[in-house]
Amino acid sequence: MLYAILCYHSEDVVCSWTKEEDEAVMARLAVVQEKLKEQGKLGPVARLLPTTAATTLRKDREPPLVIDGPFAETKEQLLGFYLVNCESLEEALDIARELGAANPGGSYEIRPVDLFFPGGATG
Amino acid sequence: MTDTAYLHTLLTAARPQAMAALLRYFRDLDAAEEAFQDACLRALKNWPRNGPPRDPAAWLVMVGRNAGIDVIRRRSRQEELPDEDAISDRGDAEAAIADHLDDADYRDDILRLLFICCHPDLPPTQQIALALRIVSGLSVKQIARAFLVNERAMEQRITRAKARVAKAHVPFEAPGAVERAERLAQVATMIYLVFNEGYSASEPEEERGALCDEAIRLARLLLRLFPAEPEIMGLTALMLLQHSRAAARFADDGSAVLLEDQDRGLWNRSMIAEGLALIDKAIRHLRPGPYQLQAAIAALHARAEWPEETDWAQIDLLYGTLEQMQPSPVVTLNRAVAVSKIRGPEAALEMIEPLADRLSGYFHFFGVKGAFLMRLGRTAEARAAFDRAIALANTAAEAAHIRMHLDRLRKDAGSAADDKASV
Repeated sequence: MLYAILCYHSEDVVCSWTKEEDEAVMARLAVVQEKLKEQGKLGPVARLLPTTAATTLRKDREPPLVIDGPFAETKEQLLGFYLVNCESLEEALDIARELGAANPGGSYEIRPVDLFFPGGATG
Repeated sequence: MTDTAYLHTLLTAARPQAMAALLRYFRDLDAAEEAFQDACLRALKNWPRNGPPRDPAAWLVMVGRNAGIDVIRRRSRQEELPDEDAISDRGDAEAAIADHLDDADYRDDILRLLFICCHPDLPPTQQIALALRIVSGLSVKQIARAFLVNERAMEQRITRAKARVAKAHVPFEAPGAVERAERLAQVATMIYLVFNEGYSASEPEEERGALCDEAIRLARLLLRLFPAEPEIMGLTALMLLQHSRAAARFADDGSAVLLEDQDRGLWNRSMIAEGLALIDKAIRHLRPGPYQLQAAIAALHARAEWPEETDWAQIDLLYGTLEQMQPSPVVTLNRAVAVSKIRGPEAALEMIEPLADRLSGYFHFFGVKGAFLMRLGRTAEARAAFDRAIALANTAAEAAHIRMHLDRLRKDAGSAADDKASV
């Protein structure tokens, strides 16, 4: 069974970390990740850029609506995620629109990835 | 991170929100600050025991408000009872403040707090000092160190700024759309001032570098409140892209390193990624502005893996647009650098000649002019320009950089003389 671990934290707080504090957290996480990797349990790991860099595609209307900022509606829950390699936001939006046409309703938050480790676990 | 450090981070993060609400309530910067300090002291006592609350800002507002009211009550025993209107004429006094933290008008509170710090009545240096003290919560000592002045002088500067702001009577009603846009523009300018105060440091000093981080943090805060403002995206992107080069901007000897000579491996990829993502978002709005244009130019530098890959033609176009939008000899000077890459130093030199009068006291004008002349082989004129630049240098790093050019000219002249001698 593959489990997704989705990371939630207050952005105000994380953005207030000093560079040293941020590095210390990342170093501690790296230790845990290294162990999991050796055990063959680690899949892809990503750190996302702040929500200010996010764009949301609302696909509950036609044509879908592009909104600046993160998806923050609490009535809907995070049900999965994709990682796609794109040249620009426009390209990512095109892919999201295509996925949205196949799966209408709800929204996609398009959030640039900061750090990404592919890992090796296949489930 | 130790527990205390974690608590301090929570307090720092909650500060703009909590201060903004307390300012709306007490309508006085000193009273709001005092109430906030009081709430922080109680938090440091209370939170380690009971764990931090789920919404630290709401907690601080509630506790700070009560503490502030206590102070007013104690004082009122000695003085006349204050008019209730002087505390707040809004109907929220008795309502649970926590509910208001999610309200849309909350963003106007934070905008007001920021706007008060950059009120047009304040000179720029006071704006920066006040914002760092009030919004960021830096200590007077920290700010004084960043500005290279003593603590007492900084204390006075901040006190004067507060007095002026109190006299300016910033209205506490929710602003209209036009006024909101004006405040936003003013706040953006102030944040960029804070950034430049850090960016123009003569060497990678920690205190001043921290001002750049703080400016970026404030810009992200503003962007979360106004997520669809392309110029705020542009400003945030611009600062991220400029700050991404921090580790590469100075050589070991402290001299400034030009963009094209920087080790691009030292650039912060994470900041670049965020900056590029933001400029991508901003451009979609088709409402260009000066911050977006400058960020787009910085983005073209960031995208070039090698200096030779830089898209100078595009940079020339962007500077051209910026020139029309915000005519300034400094913009033209920057554009000339792009032109020198596309059409050669002669064309670039021609372009900056008309600026000579207006930029006669500007270090970069003579630095750039000297570099063009040097490339044209007009050594004597180049040396004269560089000498002038050194006289105008603002920092030791700038002077050291120009001295390097002069040394090179001298060496070239020396070897040319040798050549002649050997002929």
